[in-house]
Amino acid sequence: MPLTFNLTKQTLELELSGNFSGYDNETEKTALFNAAAKARNILVKTSGLGRWDSTLVVILYELAKRAERQKISYDFSSLPENLHRLVSLALEVDRNPPSPPDRTTPWLEALGGWGLNIYTGFVSGLKFLGRLLSSIGRFLTGKAVMRPVDFLFALEDCGYRAVAIVSLVSFMVGLILAFVGAIQLQTFGAQIYVASLVTIGMTRIMGAIMAGIIMAGRTGASYAAAIGTMQVNEEVDALKTMGIPVTDFLVLPRTLSLLITMPVLTVLADFMGIFGGTFVGTVMLDISLQEYIKYSVDTFELDNFLVGVFHGFLYGMIISLCGCYYGVNSGRNADSVGMAATKAVVSAIVWMIVVTGILTFIFKVLGI
Amino acid sequence: MSKQQPEIEVNNLTLGYGNFTLMKDISFQVNKGDIFIIMGASGGGKSTLLKALTGLLEPFSGQIRIGGTDFTKASPQQRNQIMQRCGILYQSGALFSSMTLAENIALPLQRYTAYSPKLINELVSLKLALVGLTGFEDYYPSEISGGMKKRAGLARALALDPEIVYFDEPSAGLDPISSKLLDDLILDLNQSLGTTIVVVTHELDSIFAIGNNSIFLDADTKGISGRGNPKELLKNTQNPKLREFLTRGGEKNA
Ligand SMILES: Nc1ncnc2c1ncn2[C@@H]1O[C@H](COP(=O)(O)OP(=O)(O)O)[C@@H](O)[C@H]1O
Ligand SMILES: [Mg+2]
Repeated sequence: MPLTFNLTKQTLELELSGNFSGYDNETEKTALFNAAAKARNILVKTSGLGRWDSTLVVILYELAKRAERQKISYDFSSLPENLHRLVSLALEVDRNPPSPPDRTTPWLEALGGWGLNIYTGFVSGLKFLGRLLSSIGRFLTGKAVMRPVDFLFALEDCGYRAVAIVSLVSFMVGLILAFVGAIQLQTFGAQIYVASLVTIGMTRIMGAIMAGIIMAGRTGASYAAAIGTMQVNEEVDALKTMGIPVTDFLVLPRTLSLLITMPVLTVLADFMGIFGGTFVGTVMLDISLQEYIKYSVDTFELDNFLVGVFHGFLYGMIISLCGCYYGVNSGRNADSVGMAATKAVVSAIVWMIVVTGILTFIFKVLGI
Repeated sequence: MSKQQPEIEVNNLTLGYGNFTLMKDISFQVNKGDIFIIMGASGGGKSTLLKALTGLLEPFSGQIRIGGTDFTKASPQQRNQIMQRCGILYQSGALFSSMTLAENIALPLQRYTAYSPKLINELVSLKLALVGLTGFEDYYPSEISGGMKKRAGLARALALDPEIVYFDEPSAGLDPISSKLLDDLILDLNQSLGTTIVVVTHELDSIFAIGNNSIFLDADTKGISGRGNPKELLKNTQNPKLREFLTRGGEKNA
């Protein structure tokens, strides 16, 4: 219905008649507010007012707010009683909020904040590692507060439940490694060295890397999400106030089980990869099985194998550390749990690569 | 508005989970403009009944009619239409944590109306003002207190000018003053908009302050063991369990 008003001698008279449900006429509203700006007095008449809803309340509320701001007198007394109550309820501000938190930061400050974040993140990560190590120390002396059932549950989850996916992926990786290598080696008629390539590649590093990436995505993310949700439910706070170290109760069982299973999964990945290579070698390259096995066994070195397993062990530590760290430090809403899981996986993979780089250098210097 | 027009009718409703029956053959009626209280001890099935009324839980048998339409047999579209006329305030507010208060309240408006963005903004400010949160548009739920979250949840429940508003334990976790403010707000909305209000609560002060009709759910008999205006129930009831409930274990029992 039209919003009819007239402005005479600085008195604005607003006549509401008809139905005002779903009223959304911007031009008329602007005209009304412009007229109100010139008035000294506002009077509302509602003789023929029919049905109305919040869209009408919005107009009256806005009018009253402007009138109060400009110290104009207004008379809403002819409004139906319930409408009048509603407008006064809206005007009855019970408190003025402090201005909303400012979320924009100048670029220099943002840059500084970014640098500082990295630094504090690194320091608190190190502290977390320290607390975890002391938990492991307490565990070794039998003083850690850890429920065996939590440990067994975690062991089951990152143990035999992960076997299928790790086997499948590393079989495929062995297959691909052999296939890509064969294309090059065939040009020299040296395809038999596919066996050596796959054996060295898988045992030295690829087995550990594949197991690590799979477990980071599968288990690291689930650690972050599970502990993050406990943070949201204040379960972590409950543990702290009971005097139970969070690292003992939540982090230790998860870390121990990854430390145990990761080397085993690495060995599994090694052999599944070699198996994949054997498949390509015997089926596609017409190398006899005996010959392939002979070359594999000849190039198999215990050093390489142990270096791979050691990598797997360290990756287990990294995955668990990243997953639990971001879980414990997650925010308290649904979004931040998701973010914690993302950060856990990304940082676990980054740290795995950094650690691999450092170890490769050290082993080269040591000549292993 | 005639006072005796039924807004919600529940006929022979049987409710439960799996093979566990919680309520058997209960019937009651909520009139337009009522403030209707669902009382009962903890674990008595109050939230479960509310879930059935809002379509989150399928009853085993029986009928729920809302505004004359059979809600239990309604098609998904019909249900959606009915639910647009209902607002729900969940126990902990249930605000979406990744959205500001303004975005939370704007969501149903954007989904179900064709209003211009400017009008939606104005409506959002009005709803926030109604619950006493003027100026909190750009806050995230994590930046406000529990009582404020509840009021913001109420602002969202009121976004579409609902005819029925359901409250699940509105005063749980609130201090007495916030809880009184919320009660006043419920009364104000009921009186100014004629909104039908269904409140699940076991807060005696609220029950007597706002309720004009009620039912008392009894987990042992799986039925309703008292109904009517709570103040009169307190005077007249013969049921010892209800009497104990309404007098907080008998301390006022002279
Ligand atoms: N999702 C569910 N599945 C099975 N049983 C439930 C579920 N939710 C609640 N219950 C059971 O239903 C009963 C009533 O619960 P509820 O309706 O939440 O009670 P109230 O809100 O009155 O405290 C309780 O005994 C509870 O154990
Ligand atoms: Mg409940």
